Amino acid sequence: MNTVIFRTIAPLIVSTMLVFSVYVCLRGHNEPGGGFIGGLIAASAIAVLGMASSAAEVRRALRFDPLSIAGFGVLLAGSSGMLSIFNGNPFLTSIWLYLDIAGSVVPLSTPMLFDIGVYLVVFGTLASVVLALESEDGENL
Amino acid sequence: MGPDIDASIALVAIAPFVAAALAPLIHRFTKPLSGWVLALVPAAIFVFLVTLIEPVLATGAIPARIGWVPAYGLDLSFFIDGLSLTFALTISGIGTLIVIYSGAYLAGHPHLGRFLAFLLAFMGAMLGLVLADNMLGLFVFWELTAITSFLLIGFDAVRAAARRGAIQALVITNIGGMALLAGVILVQQLTGTWELSELRGMEDAVRGHGLYGLVLACFIIAAFTKSAQFPLHFWLPNAMEAPTPVSAFLHSATMVQAGVYLLARATPWLGGTVAWTTILVCFGGVTLIWGALGSLRQTDLKQMLAQSTIASLGLLVLLIGLGTQTAIAGMVIYFVAHALYKAGLFMVVGAIDHEAGTREITALGGLSGKMPVTFAAAILAGLSMFGLPPAIAFFAKEEMYLNLLSPHWQDLSVLAVLIAGNALLAAVGALVVIKPFLGPAMPTPKSAHEASVGLLAGPVILGLAGIATALLVGWFGHTVLEPAATAILNEPVESHLTWAIDFTKPVVWLSVATWVLAGLVYRYATTIRTLLRRFETRLGWTADTVFDAVMFGLIRFSGSVTRVLHHGRLELYLVTVFSLMALALMVPLFALGGINALLPTAELGNWAAQLRWPHLAPYEWGVIILALAGLGAIVAAPNRLYSILALGVQGTAVALIFLLFGAPDLAFTQLMVEILSVVILALVMTRLNLDERDHRPFEDWARDGTLALVCGAGVSLLLMVVLSGTLDTRLSDFFIATSVPIAHGANIVNVILVDFRGFDTLGEISVLMAAGISIMVLLRSRRAPVAVGSPVPPAPIAPKIKPEPTQPARAAAAPSAKSTVKGRAKPAPKKPAPKKPAPKKPASEKQAPKSPSSVA
Repeated sequence: MNTVIFRTIAPLIVSTMLVFSVYVCLRGHNEPGGGFIGGLIAASAIAVLGMASSAAEVRRALRFDPLSIAGFGVLLAGSSGMLSIFNGNPFLTSIWLYLDIAGSVVPLSTPMLFDIGVYLVVFGTLASVVLALESEDGENL
Repeated sequence: MGPDIDASIALVAIAPFVAAALAPLIHRFTKPLSGWVLALVPAAIFVFLVTLIEPVLATGAIPARIGWVPAYGLDLSFFIDGLSLTFALTISGIGTLIVIYSGAYLAGHPHLGRFLAFLLAFMGAMLGLVLADNMLGLFVFWELTAITSFLLIGFDAVRAAARRGAIQALVITNIGGMALLAGVILVQQLTGTWELSELRGMEDAVRGHGLYGLVLACFIIAAFTKSAQFPLHFWLPNAMEAPTPVSAFLHSATMVQAGVYLLARATPWLGGTVAWTTILVCFGGVTLIWGALGSLRQTDLKQMLAQSTIASLGLLVLLIGLGTQTAIAGMVIYFVAHALYKAGLFMVVGAIDHEAGTREITALGGLSGKMPVTFAAAILAGLSMFGLPPAIAFFAKEEMYLNLLSPHWQDLSVLAVLIAGNALLAAVGALVVIKPFLGPAMPTPKSAHEASVGLLAGPVILGLAGIATALLVGWFGHTVLEPAATAILNEPVESHLTWAIDFTKPVVWLSVATWVLAGLVYRYATTIRTLLRRFETRLGWTADTVFDAVMFGLIRFSGSVTRVLHHGRLELYLVTVFSLMALALMVPLFALGGINALLPTAELGNWAAQLRWPHLAPYEWGVIILALAGLGAIVAAPNRLYSILALGVQGTAVALIFLLFGAPDLAFTQLMVEILSVVILALVMTRLNLDERDHRPFEDWARDGTLALVCGAGVSLLLMVVLSGTLDTRLSDFFIATSVPIAHGANIVNVILVDFRGFDTLGEISVLMAAGISIMVLLRSRRAPVAVGSPVPPAPIAPKIKPEPTQPARAAAAPSAKSTVKGRAKPAPKKPAPKKPAPKKPASEKQAPKSPSSVA
């Protein structure tokens, strides 16, 4: 697994996968995709990177503990639902905002934030499991 | 009543909790004065309640109500009548003194702030309990007293005895709490109201109903556990492990009186029946005598007082059970008198303990010269306990004896029990007051000297109050006794308390008889104690040992249940789970006739005619053949890694099927899940050091294979049955119609996930995260022993292993890890089959982290 070819190619694959995962996540509202699938792709990318280098190195590159990322995802999804309280609607009622940026309309919404939260939870949880399995015996999880 | 009075009455119950939350913070600033500062809260409540005496006298009751759960018609309603006002005044008044006393008693204790917080919270719970009108509110406050008293009794948590006492109190009183909840709900079902004040006119709805016995049992269990009635009395002496201020508060006017309060409160609609009177009088009488004798048996001053509290509680329950006007009047006076003298005596004992260093009655004597003020306070309280005329307790005794001199044997036997119990209690009072202070001086662990103001304020004030109420007995009868007794009996009660003692009446002579008997008991106290102790050792068991036996039995039972269900063998867990799944799938299919919808029994004979080849395009056939090939490869795989990969192939084929039949989202997800599960399974396999091959014996193989087939067939049949019916398309129609206009999204699956059913998804991702955390915990706990340099003792199979020279640590750790994971690991590790290229994969993976580090 740790051939030179694989180690050289891996960052390329991984970065492509990560970008693709964000793309899949964001397009999800109108076309096949969404936070769950995006998170799965990103977690696979992390698995590949972990095989190519080492779990410790991936953790350093991630900067945040994967489980904290997952926790942040739950928080983001939950608090995106809270926003509707401000205009007097029940929890998780969606709010849409159409921003006109340089002539093109960009729809922003609380479901999008929610989906990003799902993405982060799936990504964080699976990444932490994969990295824990890939890491060495003596390593501090 | 306006909202102001509503809010301020609610504040009576809520303010102590607020003060409790702030207590540790306040304590930080007011260190030596914390007790005095925090006592302002209960003192303010006391003063406020005093201003309510006049309105209550005038109107009978003050209701208050603030919204709680309006959606369910539940209000946090309070109700101040004579009974609740008497209790609330006692609680807040004594509470004030106790808080001051605690500040002095625990001066310098590192957790004094926390202690005062617990104490104030307990007081709030107690005030809420006696003021609550809503029965659910009553229950909540009832349970709050249990929890806060648990914290108070177990305050000195480093001592096992304190922890045991706290747990015992919690267990016993919570049994009562559950009974109370059941009783409260039953009463609500019978009468349709949650409000205690509305229940007064509804006695027929409760007493006349067939379920009256059950309601009565629930309320009596609740009251008897809380008020420590025989045979549930044993938690109270063990609760003496608490610091003395707690005992003084909990066992005089509060915690244990909650049961008495409940019975008094329920008298109008629950009492008055034969069952009520019989049970309360019998248990009350037994508790009275049992507690009084138990008190004489003790030599520890605090234990003597604790046991005498049990006796007093029995006396109160007995009087409520009698239910006559004089009995209830006696009960109200005795409650007030007992609260005053018992709290005072507990505080005196605490002061002796604090200054002299012991509370063994045999080791104390002649303290009157060194602690004169304490002695004076003790005499004031002792007069009450002895029931002598210048104390309010005297009137309590007179009232309870009144009207019992009748020709009925029941009345006479009750009278005899009352006289005996009062005499024993009086003797105990005399012992507690006289022994430590008079007689020859004894050497004590600490050189005794007078206690501080904070320690003395409480007992002196309470002792004086006991005398003052007696001197103003006419006023007391009018402002306290009449409203309280009226509230209990729900009929007007007139006080006839005066100082005019008529020596021609027999009641006076009954009092004299009590004192004479008490004097005799005091004279022969040591002999009686010896006899009682001998009896106890002869008996060999107490309610306490029974409690222990029951608790140990429970623990053993749950242990054996856990061993059966939680045996630690992964294979059997899986077998259990899948067996149940097979049952859940198959039983409804056949028992409820699901299978008939698919293929009516009549046509079973020509099933072959039912089989039709589906019309599929060639590439669809290809995908199905791929799935079947994957399936075959799993079963036929020479080692585990092959199986895992083949599983991935099969899953990919399923993903392709989803894609072909118009579910791109599902296909996409399925594909990613397959990829990740292959990766994770392969990692788990190497991580757990599983054998490369599957060494299942044939019978296991057959069992697992059968289960797999049954489960698979079950799922397939279920799906076929589901699809054979007509699909209800209302939901999908709704989503198709509204996805774009309402939720601004064209991908319906995603719109459902993040918008229409966002709440479900939120729950799911939380579960996912929780699962992730548990996986991490499992991995870490497995890793721990290996990480510290393998101190694992060599497993019995270790000698057979030739440690590889390069990795001795890993070789030693591997078999032990294997034996924990797989119950019956084979003794000798199998060499990997050399002919296949695949087995090298995990081996090289294992070493992978080594090379990057050497390269880098």
